[in-house]
Amino acid sequence: MNDIYLDNNATTMVDPAVVDEMLPFFSEQFGNPSSIHSFGNKVGLAIKKARKTIQTLLGAEYDSEIIFTSCGTESDSTAILSALRAQPERKEIITTEVEHPAILTLCENLETQGFVVHYLKVDEKGRLDLNAYQRLLSDKVAIVSVMWANNETGTIFPVEKMAEMAQNAGIMFHTDAVQAVGKLPVNLKDSCIHMLSLSGHKLHAPKGIGVLYLKRGTRFRPLLRGGHQERGRRAGTENAAAIVGLGKAAQLALEHMAFENSHVSALRDKLQEGILKAVPCSFVTGDPDNRLPNTANIAFEYIEGEAILLLMNKFGIAASSGSACTSGSLEPSHVMKAMGIPYTAAHGTVRFSLSRYNTEEEIDKVIEAVPPIVAKLRKLSPYWEGDGPVEEPEKSFAPVYA
Amino acid sequence: MWDYSEKVKEHFFDPKNAGAVSDANAVGDVGSLSCGDALRLTLKVEDKTDIILNAGFQTFGCGSAIASSSALTEMVKGLTVDEALEISNQDIADYLDGLPPEKMHCSVMGREALQAAVANYRGEELEDDHEEGALVCKCFAIDEVMVRDTVRANSLSSVEEVTNYTKAGGGCSACHEGIEQILTEEMEARGETFTPAPIAATKKNVVHLKKEDVKKIEPEKPAAAKLTTVQRIKLIEKALDEIRPSLQRDHGDVELVDVDGKNIYVKLIGACVGCQLASATVGGIQQKLMEALGEFVKVTPVSDEQLTNLAGV
Ligand code: FES
Repeated sequence: MNDIYLDNNATTMVDPAVVDEMLPFFSEQFGNPSSIHSFGNKVGLAIKKARKTIQTLLGAEYDSEIIFTSCGTESDSTAILSALRAQPERKEIITTEVEHPAILTLCENLETQGFVVHYLKVDEKGRLDLNAYQRLLSDKVAIVSVMWANNETGTIFPVEKMAEMAQNAGIMFHTDAVQAVGKLPVNLKDSCIHMLSLSGHKLHAPKGIGVLYLKRGTRFRPLLRGGHQERGRRAGTENAAAIVGLGKAAQLALEHMAFENSHVSALRDKLQEGILKAVPCSFVTGDPDNRLPNTANIAFEYIEGEAILLLMNKFGIAASSGSACTSGSLEPSHVMKAMGIPYTAAHGTVRFSLSRYNTEEEIDKVIEAVPPIVAKLRKLSPYWEGDGPVEEPEKSFAPVYA
Repeated sequence: MWDYSEKVKEHFFDPKNAGAVSDANAVGDVGSLSCGDALRLTLKVEDKTDIILNAGFQTFGCGSAIASSSALTEMVKGLTVDEALEISNQDIADYLDGLPPEKMHCSVMGREALQAAVANYRGEELEDDHEEGALVCKCFAIDEVMVRDTVRANSLSSVEEVTNYTKAGGGCSACHEGIEQILTEEMEARGETFTPAPIAATKKNVVHLKKEDVKKIEPEKPAAAKLTTVQRIKLIEKALDEIRPSLQRDHGDVELVDVDGKNIYVKLIGACVGCQLASATVGGIQQKLMEALGEFVKVTPVSDEQLTNLAGV
């Protein structure tokens, strides 16, 4: 059975062209780019080329604004810790309650060290209240960190606007753009975004490579000190093969940008409509009008997400869920909670995230497979009876033992 | 040496004018062995005309020091002494099709050797302006001593001032932390505290206008009525041409489809399609067109199928 991979917001397949580009850098091109001899020579040139391509993808003004890191999480930590260290008199951080754990966990830890973190709330569609944001902007704030697009729902935040508001208040702005880069056009030179994180494995490059974009002139304190690599801003011998791979992936992303926003989004829409039509009591979470082209997060009420995933897996369909069981905690996804999605639906959310490799045939198969799976599980659900939910489901089944 | 240009390599592997000029009447020595960089420039200058007839160099230095010296000797031959002094280290770097940032100081050394040689020829005393310290700014080859002295002499208190006085920090900005460190120490020594500059202003997008920015334009200006349709289309095309480069930077483009009174139909192409900023882009275009025509217009983007409908097919 051919597997259908619809979990591209988790990670993506490395494009075969990227692999081809990388392979020589494991064998014949093994030199250290810092070396004078010709072993290092070619590697240095290849890194330079990759940096240029990523500059183009991000619409950055200078290639020296691109700093290679090991992953998106490192970029996030570097950005926030740098802002705090460079401005020790500022003790506040603004972020949102739906950020990726790379930001949230760091912020929670910073709270224990005496920093004040403001978490912006979202409404039922996952949108931010910019007035509430405006009120928080003060000269006590060291940095604002807001994701460009949400990994679970695909909802896009108006980061360019928010960066401008931060800029006007004299505050640094960072965005975790690991889901957005490669799917949405980005033009950093005309924006007020000071720092941006991206992660290779979300755009068909390998794992273990990330980028921190750092706008020229932004005050900066490195996380890793040591060598002169990345102009002393991120020490450590360059992961040359992965950097070359990311460069190739960036080039491919640029070439496929229009495709992603037409073809892939059309497939996503087809999938979403097909499922919603066939499955009662299901709905899309997040803001469908402002969403990544590849993502659809659908809540199937009254059933549990992990069970859905396991049954889908039997049909060779890979997706992910905001259910508690898949995250190893008892709580459903913090993103669903933040949007006020009731528990009976939040546990049953399934995220379908597509890529340019998905075909219409695959989507047709998924549309066919999902409704019976949901029906089967609803038969087992205490909240379900016959063709619909029981009356007042929350009351009819309210277990006392958790 | 992966970052060296072909020109640098050429001058390094096959340097011109290596060795001392035997009957030299101008000698300039700069650098120091302890820094691993030293250069002696010897010139033969014609007394009456001040023209440099011959030039030679000897250097204890890296590949780009050799290349820079070789380039410099080629550049000065045939010039008068005054003309030669006009050569900046950037000129030397340009002659070599550029030097990597961390090697720019080699061209600085060449320029200093030239000054020293000319002073020697004229019998002047060249004041030794600085001893070398650790490099602070690699982009402009500015060392710590230089930054510190300048900060002290001019009571500087911001990175921007340091850049204006010394160039340090004016490139990639990776050295700003080091400059701030020096400022902190030097200002403390004179009883002040260093306060970093507020977040620098950045450029805003030209086309992606905010709603608030859109100027109110009086509808139905009498002047507008005088324009013929052809004139209006010409003006519209011209305005679109002005917007085009910034759209193309975003990998998009725009095409004029039809003009029907106040309604202007355009087609967004490439990355503009489906871009989350498409509506902002249309707003920006509308604003530009209103300015160009001096009248209120409504810009509507059309898709391919709407296009067919418009054409009445
Ligand atoms: S090192 Fe690049 S500006 Fe100083």
